Amino acid sequence: MTTSSLVERLRVGLWKDNPGLVQLLGLCPLLAVTTTFVNGLGLGIATLFVLACSNVLVSATRRWIRHEIRIPIYVLIIASLVTCIELITKAWFPSLDRSLGIFIPLIVTNCAIIARAEIFASRNSIAASLADGIGMGAGFTVLLVAVGFFRELIGNGSMFSDLSMLFGGEPSPGLVLVDNGWLLAILPPGAFFSLALAVAAKNAIDRKKKMTKRA
Amino acid sequence: MSAVLKSGVTLAVIAAVCAALVAITYSLTSERIAVNEKAWLEKSLEPALAGLTFEGSVSGSMLVVRTPHDLPGPDDVIIYRVYADDLPVAALFAVTARDGYAGAIRVLIGIEYDGTVTGIRILEHRETPGLGDKIVASRSDWVFQFDGRSLGDPRLEQWSIRRDGGEFDQLTGASVTPRAVIKVTKETLIYFAAHRDEIFSAPATEDRE
Repeated sequence: MTTSSLVERLRVGLWKDNPGLVQLLGLCPLLAVTTTFVNGLGLGIATLFVLACSNVLVSATRRWIRHEIRIPIYVLIIASLVTCIELITKAWFPSLDRSLGIFIPLIVTNCAIIARAEIFASRNSIAASLADGIGMGAGFTVLLVAVGFFRELIGNGSMFSDLSMLFGGEPSPGLVLVDNGWLLAILPPGAFFSLALAVAAKNAIDRKKKMTKRA
Repeated sequence: MSAVLKSGVTLAVIAAVCAALVAITYSLTSERIAVNEKAWLEKSLEPALAGLTFEGSVSGSMLVVRTPHDLPGPDDVIIYRVYADDLPVAALFAVTARDGYAGAIRVLIGIEYDGTVTGIRILEHRETPGLGDKIVASRSDWVFQFDGRSLGDPRLEQWSIRRDGGEFDQLTGASVTPRAVIKVTKETLIYFAAHRDEIFSAPATEDRE
């Protein structure tokens, strides 16, 4: 595995095949928790960790696993990892755990994770699978953070509120720009609009790149 | 070895490894989690007490009122009691309002021995962000208007929002939510007035598992 192909894995996860923007996987947590920047970041990091670990474990065991029992084994691995993450969050980031609530255990149902196990990790080396997991996880995290930042800014009129949930210290309301934002952005429809804007932006950038290449 | 047996053994081995992983994580985190939960409980009770402090532990003062009871909500109600020199000072009720705009609202109501409200805080809710969630102390000062109020202040009929002819402020764009909170507060105050001495003399309920 060369360095350049590892970098390529990261690029694929972050941009080309971004799990949220291109594969449109894991939308349920994406839409539900991204009401603030810190919520997006917290769930993103947790998902990244599960994705990287599950890819490594699936890749490491791929030679012993018969094809017909692979799915139950992926489920076992992913479910155990998510349980561990949930316990770790409860122990060291209790307020984040309260804020994300059910969405930490629900990482288990994020189809982006089992999709990477099936499509990538079961056919590639451990190093490549780790890079793929980190790339895909980072891609998902960046999208969660971006949508969370945008919705918090528009809907609440603030930036980076409650960062203490992740980084400790005194709880703070963050940078409050205006007292009340445009409520719609925080409500569920705002999540769909924000995601649609993000997908549209990515497509527009890709198209522009293609045009300049052709010209 | 037959294919089925092989698959079975693989599954069993992986399941055992995964279970071990979870068990190890659990044993490493369980103590911290218990400490966090207790700290969170104490921290969430504190604001409704308006400066009164606990003597002893939270769980030591806990009284669980089992259903059926006259308190609001369909579930058992937990009451935390505050004493100073063995004399009752205040009681904290964790009650449920069922008629919120989006499901149940868990409300913590602190009542002093003489029947005045020491403070009210929202423990859990799913009200609309930006509208109904203004009942939460960090979002607006709506919930502070109950501090120092009691059953006679205002009179019982006036325990409602202005729009319904009552004394209390409503929230712009949300009247269902404040109505629900006011209703449980009123009902809890009525219960407290009727059962005060029982509440303070009852032995603590053992910590529930």
